[in-house]
Amino acid sequence: MRLNKSNPAPSLTKAEGLRLLHQMTLIRRFEEKSAEVYTETKIRGFLHLCVGEEAVAVGVSQALQEEDYVLSTYREHGHALARGVEPKSIMAEMYGRLEGCSRGRGGSMHLFDSSKNFFGGNAIVGGHLPLSVGMALASKKQGKKNVTCCFFGEGAAAEGEFHESLNLAALWQIPVLFLCENNLYAMGTALKFTHSEQHLEKKGPAYGIETDVANGMDLLDVMTKVQKAVAYIRETGKPYFLVCYTYRFRAHSMFDAELYREKSEVEEWKKKDPIPQFKAFLLKEKLITEKVIEAMEAEAERQVQEAIDFAENGSWEKVEELDRFVYSEKAAI
Amino acid sequence: MSQEIRLTYREALKSAIREALLKDEKVFLMGEDVGHYGGAFAVSKGLLQEFGPDRIMDVPLSESGFTGAGIGAALAGMRPIVEIMTINFSLLAMDQIFNNAATLSHMSGGQVNVPVVIRMGCGIGRQLAAQHSHSWEPFFAHVPGLIVLSVGTHEDARGMLLSALESPDPVILFEYTSMLNLEGSIPGDAGKVDIQKAKIRREGKDLSLITYGTGVYKCLEAADLLAKEGMDVEVVDLRVLRPLEEDTFLQSVAKTHRALIVEDAWKSVSISSEVSSRIMEKAFFELDLPVERLCGVEVPIPYPKHLEDASVPQVQDIVSRVKKMLKP
Repeated sequence: MRLNKSNPAPSLTKAEGLRLLHQMTLIRRFEEKSAEVYTETKIRGFLHLCVGEEAVAVGVSQALQEEDYVLSTYREHGHALARGVEPKSIMAEMYGRLEGCSRGRGGSMHLFDSSKNFFGGNAIVGGHLPLSVGMALASKKQGKKNVTCCFFGEGAAAEGEFHESLNLAALWQIPVLFLCENNLYAMGTALKFTHSEQHLEKKGPAYGIETDVANGMDLLDVMTKVQKAVAYIRETGKPYFLVCYTYRFRAHSMFDAELYREKSEVEEWKKKDPIPQFKAFLLKEKLITEKVIEAMEAEAERQVQEAIDFAENGSWEKVEELDRFVYSEKAAI
Repeated sequence: MSQEIRLTYREALKSAIREALLKDEKVFLMGEDVGHYGGAFAVSKGLLQEFGPDRIMDVPLSESGFTGAGIGAALAGMRPIVEIMTINFSLLAMDQIFNNAATLSHMSGGQVNVPVVIRMGCGIGRQLAAQHSHSWEPFFAHVPGLIVLSVGTHEDARGMLLSALESPDPVILFEYTSMLNLEGSIPGDAGKVDIQKAKIRREGKDLSLITYGTGVYKCLEAADLLAKEGMDVEVVDLRVLRPLEEDTFLQSVAKTHRALIVEDAWKSVSISSEVSSRIMEKAFFELDLPVERLCGVEVPIPYPKHLEDASVPQVQDIVSRVKKMLKP
């Protein structure tokens, strides 16, 4: 793996440092709690956790504005939380409750919140890349200045839709950030068994797209690289490809026995855990104290518990409404 | 009513696209060869020159990519018309149409909708052999969330697109390439049409011919021939294959008590299967005869003319079958 050396860290205020650490901690606690209630069969279906990948979700979101569009994968709880989707409405969604962000219709893999310009939760690998191209194309046609950020995993880079989308985005010169979270495994098959060219960042320049890599385990590096990418997109209106090298500490889904990787490999990566790393940085720079961290962790815990309570007390959509929204209730536009 | 005008099916399609582009700045056409080439079937000829490359967008051969881009643009407030050159290539875009366009509204709890129109040339009868001769309307009609329309007449060639562009939901529009040069008459002021109901194209009392697409003019021709022999058949053009509107054909059967369903698509699991079931479920006691079907023969469509013709129902087949049903 080739990782660019971290650029000098962006200067952070105490408040910013705390907010960033809080976001990553919230995601971590949210995911751990989700796994716990999954084993209690409160959450069903597939559940894909992003433990280990928090720095990417949080780092990317810092560079985005409210009017930007975000599309994501089925491992999207972190992206949604970092985007500002309420923990309560995400947990309620995973419980299948009417109060969920998609009325309970989508579950873990299909979080939608149009008020946050968060467009899924897309569960066909690579299938949302063309959508992101279309949304960015619309922005260009409408003269809007917003950016479309499309998260996907390295598995998607083997799909035809990845190549079609990069080609279209470059051809049309549209403001889209292709954000690849390379966690080295497409479900349970390693990158080396699925890609002839494992340096995925070589694929961007092949389409004439400005490309970079980031250390996805290092929040500050992700923030620096994404800020640069988004500034480029806003200035030029052109697409950008950013590959974040990261790792998921937990299994692919709750059904995964993890037969395809050594425990020692996971342990090695855990040494690069983005949360303790960032915590240590903040302490070293005297931007935070142990006491503040303790209070923040308690707050994250409280938020997750609040989300659970909210989901537990949620309601079920009436069966009579099963076929609502097969066709839109919106008026023609 | 304004004076009738004569025009080809192609001219009717083109005039609708042109009118839509003039009327609404959010509308744009994207597809393979729609611009510089003028449209694989010359439907969009001259539109690039008139509207420019931002409104008439040539796209690479990336059916999934550009169809998905159309869906994405619709999500973000545009009014795209996506042209998939022919239905044969639509399979390459099926992920986008089925997994995205058809699901996003329901799956998001109604937060988003997908106002995209996807047009595609389709049909059998131009000696294009097994990979370019398809009547796959049933695939699309199977999927909730889509609105599936079949353009069987000049009136609908002129009007269906305009109406489809007012839908908040994804519309699939089937156009029939074998009919492009066919001339027909429509009122000079023809425009939008209803896209919720089937239509009686000819009234009759002895038997209901229920059809869509290329079957409409075939059935009308058959009906003329049968009339000369004293048989008075009704022709029902289904038009809207999803959500299938059943009142029109059920009422027709209640009047004639006999039904023959005609389509080019393969017989098994087809539109006619569905129509036949609904008649059985909802009009069984109206029937004097079992429902009969004339459908595509279940083979990959072959190249030679005589075999291709034998693969789908022809006017004479319809005439013979109706006679058999009425005069056993």
